[in-house]
Amino acid sequence: MAIGKSATRVDAVDKVTGRALFTADLVPHQHLVAKVVRSAIASGRVLSIDVSEAQKVEGVIAIFTCFDPDLPSYQIYTAGHPWVVDPAHRGDIEDRHILDARVRQYGDNIAVVVAEDTVAADRALRRIKVEYEEYPIIFDYEDAVQPPAGTPPIHEECPSNVQAEWDTQTSLEGTGYDSIEEIHGDPAYHHGSYTMRTPRQQQAHIETCLSYCYMEGDRLVCVTSTQIPHIIRQSIGLALEIPWGKVRVVKPCVGGGFGNKQDVLYEPLNAWVCKKLGGRCVLLELSREEVFAYTRSRQPKRFEAKATWDDDMNLVARSCEGYSNSGGYASHGQAIVANGQGSFRYMYSGQEKACYTKALTYYSNQSTAGAMRAYGVPESTWAAECMMSDIAYDMGWDGADFRLKNAIKLGYSDPFWPAPLVCVSNGLPECIQRGKELIGWEEKKKLYANETGPIRHGVGMALLCYKCSVAGLELETASARMLLAEDGSVMLELGATEIGQGCDTVMSQMCADAVGVPLEAVHILSTQDTDVSPYGAGAYASRQTYVTGIAIKKVAAELREKILAYAAELIPDGVNLDLRDGWIVGGPDRDNPQPLMELGELSCIAYYSRTNSQQISAEGTAQTDLNSFCLGASFVEVEVDIPLCKVQVKNVVQVHDSGQIINPATAAGQVHGGIAQSIGFGLYEELLEDPATGRTLNDNFLDYKIPTTLDIPDLTAEFVETWDPTGPFGNKSLGEPPAIPAAPAIRDAILDATGVKLYEAPMTPQRLYEGFQAAGLV
Amino acid sequence: MEMKILSCTVNGKPVQVGYDVRECLLDTLHDRLGLTSVKRGCEVGECGACTVLIDGVATDTCLYLTAWAEGKTIETVEGLQAPDGTLDPVQQAFVDEFAVQCGFCIPGIIMSAEELVRTGKTYTRDEIRKALSGHLCRCTGYQNIITAVERAVDLVNGFVGEDGDAA
Repeated sequence: MAIGKSATRVDAVDKVTGRALFTADLVPHQHLVAKVVRSAIASGRVLSIDVSEAQKVEGVIAIFTCFDPDLPSYQIYTAGHPWVVDPAHRGDIEDRHILDARVRQYGDNIAVVVAEDTVAADRALRRIKVEYEEYPIIFDYEDAVQPPAGTPPIHEECPSNVQAEWDTQTSLEGTGYDSIEEIHGDPAYHHGSYTMRTPRQQQAHIETCLSYCYMEGDRLVCVTSTQIPHIIRQSIGLALEIPWGKVRVVKPCVGGGFGNKQDVLYEPLNAWVCKKLGGRCVLLELSREEVFAYTRSRQPKRFEAKATWDDDMNLVARSCEGYSNSGGYASHGQAIVANGQGSFRYMYSGQEKACYTKALTYYSNQSTAGAMRAYGVPESTWAAECMMSDIAYDMGWDGADFRLKNAIKLGYSDPFWPAPLVCVSNGLPECIQRGKELIGWEEKKKLYANETGPIRHGVGMALLCYKCSVAGLELETASARMLLAEDGSVMLELGATEIGQGCDTVMSQMCADAVGVPLEAVHILSTQDTDVSPYGAGAYASRQTYVTGIAIKKVAAELREKILAYAAELIPDGVNLDLRDGWIVGGPDRDNPQPLMELGELSCIAYYSRTNSQQISAEGTAQTDLNSFCLGASFVEVEVDIPLCKVQVKNVVQVHDSGQIINPATAAGQVHGGIAQSIGFGLYEELLEDPATGRTLNDNFLDYKIPTTLDIPDLTAEFVETWDPTGPFGNKSLGEPPAIPAAPAIRDAILDATGVKLYEAPMTPQRLYEGFQAAGLV
Repeated sequence: MEMKILSCTVNGKPVQVGYDVRECLLDTLHDRLGLTSVKRGCEVGECGACTVLIDGVATDTCLYLTAWAEGKTIETVEGLQAPDGTLDPVQQAFVDEFAVQCGFCIPGIIMSAEELVRTGKTYTRDEIRKALSGHLCRCTGYQNIITAVERAVDLVNGFVGEDGDAA
């Protein structure tokens, strides 16, 4: 069996030898470069663009502005979600032109320069003169709902600047209360109210965002670093008003995405420019600074919450309003904070009588935010866990016992999901137990209980709950193709995209077991090419192992059937024929089958038979409405230097229930990376925007600090392997959940160490200082 | 645009290549010589993805003018594999320890690790962390990267095994 083994990554050798090819490695030698002309204001309208001086720069080929008559007429959505056939059910907002005279954020796309090289393009950029009509900046929620007089809405179609506002209130039937506010005011209980804030974190993948386009005949080819090749094809088709079949999108190796590349970024603009130039190859490569400021980021959020609990460690009710700032365009918009609020509700649903959540997303003139790993759940978990942490601390309860008692239980069913969303596997109690052992919970709590000096230590924890895909709410479909080669190996083609997370390796493992061949006999085509690759929505929602795995299982069954039918012809006296480990086996004793023919021999005969020539293959599509919950617990030990306002993370232990683990070593790698991103979220990372200009202030790796080797301690990742009946191989999901709980666990550990409650991430030295000062510690 | 010819040694072979005098070594190696392992991540020396060895010293090629490479010896991961195909011990350790995810930062980190390995010294995990702190990786949390470098250093220096005895 290949599943469950730490198989070496299929791409590892290529990636350590430099042979793995990324988009920048494939650009044809003869190409032009495009650079985006960006607005120097955050809100207003372009009145004119004077390109006359820029056009004189040697090497400039063309400059296209937002006033170009050939620009596509209608707006597109950019969120990387599958097409929705029924217009009435399209949730993503079509609010973006590829170039627009209406400026909605600093650096908005108002024109594009195409030149022979980057030097010429940059020189031209500096010579372009733009006249604007400027509007007041809408910076935060207060501005959005009550803009200065005379300020036009950011999008005409959205006069309120509020994209969406959704409420969910669990049933109060049988609670004896008429409203949740009544519970929050009941003198029989304890109550707390809280305001929490989470930062604009940037995905900060090390490969920037880039694409190049050229035409083959009358078709447009786009090679791009993306998580969603098939959706990019659709978006280019929509944006250019050309049939989708006239677009071919190729996804080579991708140097990380983390949600940023689950968005349609500059591909439609790149394609449009290419088409305008008669199909000449045009490269559009963003600088690191552009990636930070002008792609996507995690939506900054504010949470207003209340909790009510009794004396016996039971939550009675929780309410949480989440306000999310999507910036100038919707991108994934409301879907993100709504997803987060779902996890807020599920996570501590164990005892409470009622839970209310509100999700609200508004436009502002800040830079556009979108999807980032775990899609709103790190933020809502920060909110949920700040409350759990405070309650346990104030009541003198053990945080692990309190959380476990109130956590989601087996059988929990979400009342708001359109299809059944039920907790059918739950290893959370074991995750918590194991995490406590690994961190030394009881001992450390005792050891650090009475520290008084400037350097103090603490341990903390937090839980996570995350869905396995978007099944039940949105379409979940995946396709696969398997071709049997002459030697009996299987060529596997998928729409599922490898972006570094290791999906090619686990897909190969699942294919090997499902077909009945050794892992070495599976050859996966890593590059998605929409001309060839079966459809896949892409790498997001931690969905691929869970959903594409179903397609693999289905297609493998069909391939086996065809192989065994051919075997029956070649071995007419064979009984109980089966395919195991690359051999046709059979015989009267089902428990002890005998090898009859190597699959390679069979396949070679099938290819070259003079009477029954066949290339045995299978392909198909699987879809699912089933979904499930991934669970897990993070435990953290910190050292806090109070006078210096510095926190050092000494140890992180994270234990996950992601069902059956397909590849333990690559799964652990996902957890390590997620922890590091959560440490960044908790302590370091925040894109800052200037309220006066809307300009991003720290658009580089020096000023926006992601964790380095010196910031991350040794990490421990373990798994509690439940069997989930909804997953194709008993598996649940793993990609995003690791990025959720470490930050609130650090927060809990700082509270344990110092008694100081912090509510705003990241917990920078400045915020620590303010907290310590208020507590009289400094 | 003024062009000149650079003469240097790249992965053991003498090379002559024309370059624009304003060019950085990253562009020359990647775009003109096709050394695809030399990655462009930030262009200002923050991320380390374009690191190569220049006369044995790990160097950000985005901050290094091509003109300065005249007569130098340059090494990239493309040159580490033995003629018979065997991976260099650092490369093999990165494969075996699952240190690779998206892989974009990896060639640069391997070249810094090569510099460490070739000192013939042993290093603690904290020393390895310090030595690699100029490299950013967003996928791995560095855990398996540190372990891979530790393993390669031990292997090359003959300190294999838990007790650190010479093999």
